[in-house]
Amino acid sequence: MAMSDWKPNIIVFACNWCTYQGADLAGSLRYKYPSSINIIRVPCSGALEAEYIVEALNKGADGVLVGGCHPGDCHYKEGNYKALRRFNLLHKLLEDMGVEPERVRLEWISGSEGKRFAEVMNDFDAVIRKLGPNPRGRNGNA
Amino acid sequence: MPEKVKLAYLLAGGCAGCDMAVVDLSETLLDVLPQLEIVFWAPTVADVKYKDLEAMPDGSIDVGLVAGMVRLSEQEHMVKVMRRKCKTLIALGICASMGGIPGMANMHSKKEIFDTAYFDTFSTDNPEGVVPRTNCLVDGKYELTLPDFYEKVRSVASVVDVDYLTGGCPPHHSFIGAALTAVLEGKLPPRGSWLTGGKAVCDVCKRNPALQGKERELIQDIKRVTDGEPEQDKCLLQEGYICLGPVTQGDCNAQCPNVNMPCRGCGGPIPGVKDFGLRAVSAIAASMTDEKLVDKIDCPAKLFYRYSLPSSILGGKLK
Repeated sequence: MAMSDWKPNIIVFACNWCTYQGADLAGSLRYKYPSSINIIRVPCSGALEAEYIVEALNKGADGVLVGGCHPGDCHYKEGNYKALRRFNLLHKLLEDMGVEPERVRLEWISGSEGKRFAEVMNDFDAVIRKLGPNPRGRNGNA
Repeated sequence: MPEKVKLAYLLAGGCAGCDMAVVDLSETLLDVLPQLEIVFWAPTVADVKYKDLEAMPDGSIDVGLVAGMVRLSEQEHMVKVMRRKCKTLIALGICASMGGIPGMANMHSKKEIFDTAYFDTFSTDNPEGVVPRTNCLVDGKYELTLPDFYEKVRSVASVVDVDYLTGGCPPHHSFIGAALTAVLEGKLPPRGSWLTGGKAVCDVCKRNPALQGKERELIQDIKRVTDGEPEQDKCLLQEGYICLGPVTQGDCNAQCPNVNMPCRGCGGPIPGVKDFGLRAVSAIAASMTDEKLVDKIDCPAKLFYRYSLPSSILGGKLK
């Protein structure tokens, strides 16, 4: 694929109670964000196994973003704190394994932050475009 | 008397620890030996050459055990020969099943490894820059060959389809005995599964608070094994020593935690886990009180993938 044809493939794991509602609101308010963003709704950011993130990277996602509720606002009380600890440890492990740390990101976006959702997605898309395609390729072949 | 069971044993890229574990069977081995005919076990037990194994008819061996991982073309070739000749092939030990300790080499490139081994160390004297090559001509007429050294370490299970997997570094001899007995008696799980009790190390660990009727507490601090001495009978993980017991198969009867050594995961993952290291990350991180504790863990990739890096989703460090 020629570099000019390349469009990032970004996977967003959005918590059902906050970030997904934020995405919904962004749509209702007609905020624009790039078409490279593919949202997958999950029950809670704390329900996200590390395997999901790494499998996405392995199968050719150029960036993975996990969106959860702001600290203190978790629908399940502390799922997002659990997500934060797991994410920090995974982030460190992925750095060891040679994955650029900018390719994975954790953000707290609430259901009322439609504008912020669009801003974060625009920013993440720009970061990934600057980084270029995932070196593992689209089929997981490094 | 029924016909003897034909057994073959191959040590691929391992340390011979699994061989020692088999020998440790001692009296049990004596019990089963009359039922066994060892057709291949080079170089330790039987005087059989590779070409002898290659000459045997396909599928003529009843049980094959393979220990060690695959790094050289020679190992890959012999593992494939074993697969053709054996009706039932068992990956013996964590190297064969998941890549094992040698698999940590996947954090480095072949060039880095060669540079360290043949140039960079303090005691190396190599002014002509000699490195192993797959063939060379001596005196202009003798062609000598060496196996090819591959870029990555692979587990036996990822090179050929093995029928059963076993963990352990090395597997406990009683466990090998049980596996051999299961094969001889035909009491086996579905092909492709682990020969395991299916329990986690925590399930059989006497330090487990749940087994003592206590509540599990969260980790307050991260310690290395050299920091202080763990309290007797208290959970090592709870004390802050990173123990991979929650995600590791406990066929070992939690021998390491019993002597104050945290589990490092040599038993392989508990059933249903695809990637050992990532599940360990989830389990360990979720039992911490504070996300800042993560900073105290040095090189999590080598800690969590100590025995399973080649079998992980990413397979090794990306260049």
